[in-house]
Amino acid sequence: MKIRAQIAMVLNLDKCIGCHTCSVTCKNVWTSREGMEYAWFNNVETKPGIGYPKDWENQKRWNGGWVRKKNGKIEPRIGSKWRVLANIFANPDLPEIDDYYEPFTFDYEHLQKSPEMTAMPTARPRSLISGERMEKIEWGPNWEEILGGEFAKRSQDYNFEGIQKDIYGQFENTFMMYLPRLCEHCLNPTCVAACPSGAIYKREEDGIVLIDQDKCRGWRMCVSGCPYKKIYYNWSSGKSEKCIFCYPRIEAGQPTVCSETCVGRIRYLGVVLYDADRIEEAASVPDEQDLYEAQLGIFLNPHDPEVIEQARRDGIAENWLEGARRSPVYKMAMEWKVAFPLHPEYRTLPMVWYVPPLSPIQSAATAGKIGHDGEMPDVRSLRIPLKYLANLLTAGKEEPVALGLERMLAMRGYMRAKTVDGLIDEKIAQRVGLTGAAIEEMYKYMAIANYEDRFVIPTAHRETSEDALELRGSCGFSFGNGCSTGDTETNLFGSAKRARNPMEIV
Amino acid sequence: MREVINYLLFGWYPYVCITVLILGSIIRFDREQYTWRSKSSQFLRRRQMMWGSNLFHLGILVLLVGHFIGLLTPIGVFDGIGVTHDFKQTMALVVGGLAGVMAFIGCTLLLHRRLIDSRIRKTSSWADLAVLALLWLQIGLGLMTTIWTIDHLDGKEMLKFMGWAQGLYSLNPRAADLILDAYFIYKLHIVLGLTLFLITPFTRLVHIWSAPIWYLGRRGYQIVRSTGRRGQPPVPSQGRRTARTISAEYPQ
Repeated sequence: MKIRAQIAMVLNLDKCIGCHTCSVTCKNVWTSREGMEYAWFNNVETKPGIGYPKDWENQKRWNGGWVRKKNGKIEPRIGSKWRVLANIFANPDLPEIDDYYEPFTFDYEHLQKSPEMTAMPTARPRSLISGERMEKIEWGPNWEEILGGEFAKRSQDYNFEGIQKDIYGQFENTFMMYLPRLCEHCLNPTCVAACPSGAIYKREEDGIVLIDQDKCRGWRMCVSGCPYKKIYYNWSSGKSEKCIFCYPRIEAGQPTVCSETCVGRIRYLGVVLYDADRIEEAASVPDEQDLYEAQLGIFLNPHDPEVIEQARRDGIAENWLEGARRSPVYKMAMEWKVAFPLHPEYRTLPMVWYVPPLSPIQSAATAGKIGHDGEMPDVRSLRIPLKYLANLLTAGKEEPVALGLERMLAMRGYMRAKTVDGLIDEKIAQRVGLTGAAIEEMYKYMAIANYEDRFVIPTAHRETSEDALELRGSCGFSFGNGCSTGDTETNLFGSAKRARNPMEIV
Repeated sequence: MREVINYLLFGWYPYVCITVLILGSIIRFDREQYTWRSKSSQFLRRRQMMWGSNLFHLGILVLLVGHFIGLLTPIGVFDGIGVTHDFKQTMALVVGGLAGVMAFIGCTLLLHRRLIDSRIRKTSSWADLAVLALLWLQIGLGLMTTIWTIDHLDGKEMLKFMGWAQGLYSLNPRAADLILDAYFIYKLHIVLGLTLFLITPFTRLVHIWSAPIWYLGRRGYQIVRSTGRRGQPPVPSQGRRTARTISAEYPQ
């Protein structure tokens, strides 16, 4: 057993209102630069829909993630190392920028400078790549917002597999949910595996997956390898970039920007301890539907004295062990089992998990029955098909998602009985395999969601890895080239270079 | 005068180019690694890339290897293993000709795409355009030489160039005299080739140095890096270093 710790995230989709604050704050901080206009480290999709980039969940088309070979070993779906190198000159599995969208701006200046005219002047769109006029914008970062576009297109959504989807195109039966997405900081990342330069790595201390901007050579295999399409090729710098989980903030014990600014308070950050020696075993289980449980199987109980003992031997600091014991992520994923991984069938063992959303009861007759007597409606009568959520979160296995939804309904029933009727109904909790105390705790974390309960982030131990003396007067955060962007205003012949601060360049 | 120019271009220019190539690459790698990349434009436009890039790269790799083996291997080695001069010349012509045609078609596609496609054109630097145009010219010149080579299938012309190249690496610039009377097109091809070496450190061509063949030898797939030796104080390092330098792999 080799214990490592990771800062993992849970998103409670039941409370996501689709406001895009996470996306916008993330963009303002990290990707408002040339070459990255099209890139959203965090984006929010309306489901059902084909998403961003188009059709990203269709791995028959993009070949992301891993496949299990006949001999039980796994290899990237884009191919073995030989195949990866053979495709290096032109990668057949690489999306084009139009699969995301062509970034654009508007001719705002025209509004100020146009002469007096009979018609109001307009600001027409212009491409941020070629600088040319765009007559019509065909696609954007959030084109399917609130079920925008026709059902025929949106229903290409891969999660409809095994569902008679036609009825969901009818107004009476339609359903929707939001899915905020970011890098999953996987335990078994395909981007790392696919990078021929070895530039992408997982950090041992906190599990954050980063691209070494110095070592990246722009071979673009990571973009194809990642099944979530969360690696973005910067067409200006010629290097790939990805969500960095706001590691400068995480190291300081602060939540990521997307989590900090979430107005619905749906995001949780906490430590998960896992057995690094069993990653490959868990990612290679034969049946895709067992991957969710296999991943749970390598998470370790932070209250177990043996685990604590081994973790200390593996060099995990005490404040991290304390963080693991108080981790909201561990509680939601392991104790209450209400959080699930996104598309475990990709075999990457993702570490950003989701609490599935409840939805209104389909039939009005059933709707009348809920609440008063604490009787539970069948989760199969919820408006969002159970199979759809299972396809999204558990490779199509319905039971775990059903139990998670039942527990959330039970939480509502229990708390309603308690606060409205003044009754403590332990039966409701027992029916879903919980205790009243557990439900009260769930309520505290998931409904109240206080800041200090949502974010339990132990600070990094920089004193053991960096020599502060050496860092004196250095550049702080930069794009991997020390203080230089590689674009310095060089003067070979003596006169002083203008000093530039990295924030100015970014 | 003709001798002097010949001596400068084929006696000394090669040393300038190789020196700049090696020193320039090392300095850029050390100082400006963030600029060290292939700068692929496939993401902006896939069209013409699949055929163009594959044909060009495969062709040019065969040509590079062929030129190195053909020019730099001592004549004695070929004689020793029983490769006759006319056989070697014919092989060079056939293999080089095929690879040259491949690379030329590929390069033409890429150049067309870079000049015509506004997305690629607008995001290209001056150096990107120049490098591609020079490569196109160089492959074209190389193909043109085959016309004259057909007249010399006995390998006598080839021997002159081999003697010249080997004179250079045995530090004898006087070897330039060997090719004083070589046909103009060959000489242009050589000068342009050397010029491409010269400009490599200042363009995207540096990605040649980074051909990631050692990927094949990576144990397992995953890479994990640690910021330091946990639980112990950091060791002061000598000189410049980046924040995270210690890497470890775990087998998978």
